[in-house]
Amino acid sequence: MVNDFVVRFANVNGTGSASANYLFAKSIFRMGIPVSPKNIFPSNIQGLPTWYEVRVSEKGYLGRREGIDIAVSVNPQSIVEDIKGIAPGGYFIYDSTKPLHEELFRADVTFLGIPMMETCNREFSDPRQRLLFKNVMYVGALSALIEIEYTVLEQLIGEQFKGKEKLIAPNLKALQLGIDYAREHFECPLPMRLERRDLVGNQIITTGNSACGLGAVYGGATVAAWYPITPSTSVAEAFDDYASELRIDSEGRKNFAIIQAEDELAAIGMVIGANWNGSRAFTATSGPGVSLMNEFLGLAYFAEIPAVLIDVQRVGPSTGMPTRTQQSDITLAAYASHGDTKHVLLFPSTPTECFEMTAKSFDLAEQLQTPVIIMSDLDLGMNDHMCDPFTWNDKYEYDRGKLLDADDLEKITRFGRYLDVDNDGIPYRTFPAVHPSKGAYVVRGTSRDEYATYTEDSPAYKRNMDRLVRKWNTAKTYVPKPEVYQKHSPARDAMLFFGTTTQSALEARDYLGSIDAMRLKSFPFCQEVADFIVKYDRVFVLEQNRDGQMRSLLITEFNADPKKFISVLNYDGLPITAAQIVDQISIHMTSGRKK
Amino acid sequence: MSYVRPKFRHPQLPKNKLGYTTREYEGSLSTLCAGCGHDSISTAIVQACFELSLEPHRVAKLSGIGCSSKTPAYFLGQSHGFNSVHGRMPSVATGAYLANRDLIYIGISGDGDTASIGMGQFVHAVRRNLNLVYIVMNNGCYGLTKGQDSATADVGSKSKAGSVNPFEAIDLAGMALELGATFVAQSFSGDKTQLVPLIKAALSHNGFALINVISPCVTFNNNPGSTKSYDFVREHMDATATMDFVPLQSVISAEYGEGTKTVVTMHDGSKLALNKLEAEWDPSDRVSAVRALYNARLEGEVLTGLLFVDSKSTELHDIMQTSKRPLNSLHQSELSPGNEKLQKINSVLR
Repeated sequence: MVNDFVVRFANVNGTGSASANYLFAKSIFRMGIPVSPKNIFPSNIQGLPTWYEVRVSEKGYLGRREGIDIAVSVNPQSIVEDIKGIAPGGYFIYDSTKPLHEELFRADVTFLGIPMMETCNREFSDPRQRLLFKNVMYVGALSALIEIEYTVLEQLIGEQFKGKEKLIAPNLKALQLGIDYAREHFECPLPMRLERRDLVGNQIITTGNSACGLGAVYGGATVAAWYPITPSTSVAEAFDDYASELRIDSEGRKNFAIIQAEDELAAIGMVIGANWNGSRAFTATSGPGVSLMNEFLGLAYFAEIPAVLIDVQRVGPSTGMPTRTQQSDITLAAYASHGDTKHVLLFPSTPTECFEMTAKSFDLAEQLQTPVIIMSDLDLGMNDHMCDPFTWNDKYEYDRGKLLDADDLEKITRFGRYLDVDNDGIPYRTFPAVHPSKGAYVVRGTSRDEYATYTEDSPAYKRNMDRLVRKWNTAKTYVPKPEVYQKHSPARDAMLFFGTTTQSALEARDYLGSIDAMRLKSFPFCQEVADFIVKYDRVFVLEQNRDGQMRSLLITEFNADPKKFISVLNYDGLPITAAQIVDQISIHMTSGRKK
Repeated sequence: MSYVRPKFRHPQLPKNKLGYTTREYEGSLSTLCAGCGHDSISTAIVQACFELSLEPHRVAKLSGIGCSSKTPAYFLGQSHGFNSVHGRMPSVATGAYLANRDLIYIGISGDGDTASIGMGQFVHAVRRNLNLVYIVMNNGCYGLTKGQDSATADVGSKSKAGSVNPFEAIDLAGMALELGATFVAQSFSGDKTQLVPLIKAALSHNGFALINVISPCVTFNNNPGSTKSYDFVREHMDATATMDFVPLQSVISAEYGEGTKTVVTMHDGSKLALNKLEAEWDPSDRVSAVRALYNARLEGEVLTGLLFVDSKSTELHDIMQTSKRPLNSLHQSELSPGNEKLQKINSVLR
């Protein structure tokens, strides 16, 4: 059991456990071992149970895995469930300041009690420190039990408190208290332990939301408008932080504007207004926000105004479960708004892709003059993921699409905002104030002809709608192509997945044997998706929602036989696991093929 | 309405400093009802922009949905316009202004578009001091859906069909004052001598400028018993002051009318000379404006004219400390920090 187990921390929200837990995860990453931490948190600031699951995988499997090998409990509220959740042969590390009830003990689990509260109350006088250092103390105990290198922890604590050096010594003291207690009372190390490897290469570890914010800076966004909503809030915060560091002009003023709007309607309205006026602008939200933005998304689609929207998906309405992950806004986003509308969607699966797709989405939105929605989710957005480092080609130039400047306008006799000059459905646009007497028009949703003149003429309306279909078909050649995973001899079954299902899907594929796979990166589906699907008898569509939303989209867009597409789903609010995928697909494999 | 605008213009139409006649400021032909107050406001906007010698293409005009929101097509035909979503013009205008702080923004809305569906966005545009001239064409009813009461219809006001509005009216000017608006005025579409200088002053203001213009709906709300009819407003109009707007370049003293008591210097250096009619009122004193407005309301009068102006107002971009250059003019080299910086970010994430 070297470098292959799951550790789960059960904490009380608001007790400072996050930084200790991150210290634990990052120390494993620094030891060159693939690691995947996941927060499972309540909609609460203080008091409710919160968990942090860390999967360590020598093989590099980074999806969530069921079965807890080591549970660390500092939360009496959830202790019964926490003990039940441990896999046979596992370990339960707990605060033994108060004795555990007899009936909680399990014969197939090793109980390792550490008097965390007692020790911290004795060693520290400040009440806040007493609470905080309990967390550091269990990291210390773990470091002895599973052999986290001390120098790595020491270094990370040093980095964490750079500029606040006074805090280093008490943190190291708390760490040592844990180490000493574990070494004195338990047989260290456990069979489940770490060994330094060189398996993470030059990878980085970061969150999707942070990467989206950074991508927006690199992609040239100058206006951001947003409304606070978990799990998307940190996208706007990351943009603000990175831009405040990277986008300050010589007078100390900001080369960007960020507005916390009064609601999501206003946020998308601002994004549309800014894009209309020649700025690259974006918003970040989650499902409820997308619902509110529906009317404006339709306007942007019909008025042909670029807009970038980052949808960090979560469980449905209200509060509570919505701080859990899902991929359940697919149909909502794809067809958002009234009238005939379709929107370009991008599906990142790693922070690296969050960065690249966000940066690129501004090109795509301007090339196609339409909203582009980046479909992230809570798991990708708010959890730290190991991923390839960010890169940027300094020679690459933004593509602002078909844009006419004053010189261009001088050369043409009559500007037609909605004329399909190139027969690809994409018209030319102008920005306000472009020219003293040419290029001006009034933006409207519908009711206009090719020259943007008001008309309620039916043929003109229909011509416009048909041109928008041509544009949609052009979009298929602009969006990122899917990734195909095929063995030498083609299989008869395939699986299709996207976003954060990827890690677990690829792991499942290793267990399943003969099955090909495709990772979707975008909607509309490009030709490659169509070509792939026809090759297989059955296509398993893996997604994290109840209704098989991507499956519906595939059936609708390809007018395909629904029998061919089989849903493989998880929608309990936790990230899908390889075991869930294997179980659901295996049923079909063993029941035989109908031909 | 007529369907073709005559191309002929008198050869001696007066020209402004740019050499333009009012023709360069007109839009396409209005499709509103003959006699609609909104058309008079459009004409006043044309007149104000002409007199200020604004370059038409440097103005952006935005609106929501409704009769009022159709008007941007009927003035400033050389300007870009945006007929957006019902009640959401303020957000589109905010985004547009963030993108380019150098243009002049005129937002057109109605009483339904502002006081009902658009209330949320209106109040936030006010409190952010968005640099926008916000004109409410206020007729107390929903014209485009055939005359339902709006939230600015006065309690007791009678509709064309004879029903009496039982609900309290929302006073947009009073609310704007409460929210910290830096320029608040009321006017009447039938009073061009008051409206044109108010629009000019609003265009010179550095921040959010509300002009709530009572603009009778001739088709649905011009009947006896309505408090938004031409007759009622003419009879019950009570002005804070008569005024002259004096552009920056003019010799100031020569332009002042007799009896001038107050001169307001606008952000751009132009002056507003006020001949006060309300003794207790001071345009730089928000409390006196609230009091004057409230007193007029108690007396059943419509207080018009400038109500309040903070000529030293700090608008949104300066509040936010954004670049003095329009954000939409920044080059990629100023926007993308480049790969070297990115590699430094990577190193922090290992």
